[in-house]
Amino acid sequence: MRRPDYSDWLDRLPYSMDLAAKSYHLGVLLADLTRWHTTQCAHYERILKLTGHSERKINKVEDVPFIPVRLFKEMELMSVDRDEIFKTMTSSGTSGQQVSRIFLDRETAAFQGKVLTRLMSDVLGKRRLPMLIIDSPAVLRDRHSFSARGAGILGFSLFGQDVTYALDEEMKINMPNIEAFIERHTGQDIFVFGFTFMIWLHFCNALQTQNIQLPLLNGILLHGGGWKKLHDNSVTDGQFRKVLAERTGIQRVINYYGMVEQTGSIYLQCEHGRLHASIFSDIVIRDPNDFHSMEIGETGIIETLSMIPVSYPGHALLTEDLGRIEGVDDCPCGRLGKYFSIAGRLPKAEVRGCSDTYEKHS
Amino acid sequence: MTPMKNIPDLPLLIRVGAPLSTMVCRPKVPYSLDVIDFLSALSQTLLTSPESRHYPDIVAFAFWCRRSNLMRLAREFNSNHKRIGRGLTLHIAPGNVPVNFAFTLAFGMLAGNANIVRLSNAGHPQADILCQSITRLFNDPSFVGIAAMNRVVQFPRDDQITAVLSAFASARVLWGGDQTIAHLRAMPTSPRCIDIAFADRYSLALLDAQAVLDESDDGIHTLAAGFFNDVYLQDQNACSSPHLIVWHGPPALTEMAKDRFWSVFEKLVLRKYHISPIHAVDKFVHLCRTAALVPEAQDSVLHGNHVYRVRLQRLPTNIDNHRGSAGFFCEYTTQNLDCFKDIVDPRYQTLICFGIDRKALTQRFVDLGLTGIDRIVPVGHALEIGAIWDGYDLIGTLSRIIHCP
Repeated sequence: MRRPDYSDWLDRLPYSMDLAAKSYHLGVLLADLTRWHTTQCAHYERILKLTGHSERKINKVEDVPFIPVRLFKEMELMSVDRDEIFKTMTSSGTSGQQVSRIFLDRETAAFQGKVLTRLMSDVLGKRRLPMLIIDSPAVLRDRHSFSARGAGILGFSLFGQDVTYALDEEMKINMPNIEAFIERHTGQDIFVFGFTFMIWLHFCNALQTQNIQLPLLNGILLHGGGWKKLHDNSVTDGQFRKVLAERTGIQRVINYYGMVEQTGSIYLQCEHGRLHASIFSDIVIRDPNDFHSMEIGETGIIETLSMIPVSYPGHALLTEDLGRIEGVDDCPCGRLGKYFSIAGRLPKAEVRGCSDTYEKHS
Repeated sequence: MTPMKNIPDLPLLIRVGAPLSTMVCRPKVPYSLDVIDFLSALSQTLLTSPESRHYPDIVAFAFWCRRSNLMRLAREFNSNHKRIGRGLTLHIAPGNVPVNFAFTLAFGMLAGNANIVRLSNAGHPQADILCQSITRLFNDPSFVGIAAMNRVVQFPRDDQITAVLSAFASARVLWGGDQTIAHLRAMPTSPRCIDIAFADRYSLALLDAQAVLDESDDGIHTLAAGFFNDVYLQDQNACSSPHLIVWHGPPALTEMAKDRFWSVFEKLVLRKYHISPIHAVDKFVHLCRTAALVPEAQDSVLHGNHVYRVRLQRLPTNIDNHRGSAGFFCEYTTQNLDCFKDIVDPRYQTLICFGIDRKALTQRFVDLGLTGIDRIVPVGHALEIGAIWDGYDLIGTLSRIIHCP
């Protein structure tokens, strides 16, 4: 089978397909991609066989067989020859020390970048904006492995110029750096990027306790990485925005949902605060009882689909996040397709059984 | 060490009993009457208290330690010799099975020992109820002797405290996984100290196809209910919960028996078991893992996310490395019960049977020289703990013989 190439999709507008068109066209594409991975990845083929998916026909995105995202922490899954792998991305995640390993060949890595560019131009326009990263340059020091945080910073840095770090090596606010940066770009739009928890802990909190005001009225803040730790500290989206507005003047705050296992096809918040699926990706909500796809408004386990993963079988992944589809094709922002919200990580279950007598955590 | 040296007071929480330094550690005979009196009083307290009756596991414990059962165990206790407890027994109780600390304490008492039980910090309500009930009885003047010999304590994982207690112990009962056991065994103990260690175990079921087909509708429901309790009460994480089901019978007949059993079982599980989203994902991950790692896995039947069944073409010798949870089964059909010889190793604990002559099977396993399987019980009894557990006669092992030939 020939290596799939979906680059013609880059010519389409990212939010231009309604439900019926997308389900059909993306369904056909993902069926094709499923066949590719079945012929290329022995583990994947075995999984489809044992779960009874080999014979099932794929008519729409909901029919595409999915695998758990956690599997990338347990086994090496790749759909190209090992010598074609030119970059391995890793992520920590929540289940201990195990790390996801995502194998990229050149084409897949390039396509990630192109899709991300397409999506980001919707947010930032075509020009590269001066960029302020709310993190420490130390994150990138260890370049031999691309941690999710480092990869995120590197990936998004492509959309900025005069890339400047707002935090120093110790994750403390670097005022001389920030002030010089603001001075260089007075009156211009500024691209501010960071991870939600890092922004809250090391930026918002520091600005508050040190009583600092920053003139970033033209800032566009993009942030992602999850709300878990903020919700644990009872910080809501509203509070997050309020503190940022008070301390920096930033009005445009855009959250994104994405994961290292599907880098590129991220889900971006619109001006109405909703996360949207673009034509390059989709969301299905699965019922924990039997994994059937759930209706609009029902909360279940989030499955994410993406056309990007060709070098590894990660085009349909069952995440460990809960969420629900809020609506389809009818967001006042005008973007077509599904929009959704995240309701946090799957709650941990109490472990019952005989093991773990002399527990470490108590 | 001088005999009967006092244990020092340590920085730990005493849940039941007076300070450690006041403990009396002189052993007594197994099944001494004051211990039986105490445990049967505890049984009565628990069976009549409204708050403990909400918890089936407390009720099961209370039922086990009622007087008539203990008297029966005392009669059955096979001792041609004069026996006495070993002295102080230290118990490290499991974190995830709320009432096991009470069982292990009772075993230690019945063997004639003084006992320190380390309760886990899991904070189960059952533990609170049991500790309160025991404390009330300890305050009763008639149980002053028992109270002096027994403590329930709680402390975070702390090797210094565990090491001090281990140094004083004549016996240790270590519940828990292989890693915990290896860790605790590395601590110095007195030269005569014995350890009873409950390691990670693997359990399985043997169902006779013809017997399933011959059973009445009521009988199948009883079978399904028993199997449900064996598996789902502890999310299939108990050591004695089955993971492999060996079906005994010819292939076509067995397929009919499976259909009959699972269709009833599926309805029961859907009604009685709530699967949490994380368990559903765990199970699905395990199915994918099985696909990749177990080439003998032929196909699967999924009853929603409540029951996953993987059919095995052949029995992999390392099948015990592939245990799932929350209702994940591997199934294998055979007419040859000697197949156990190929898989059973010391990790195997309980065989749950239906439609099988257990006595004959036990003899067969002895003849085969199996190195594992310590329990052969009917379906529905997998989780019933007793004074014989994991292949040990706990009362015998926790006491010593004074030989007088």
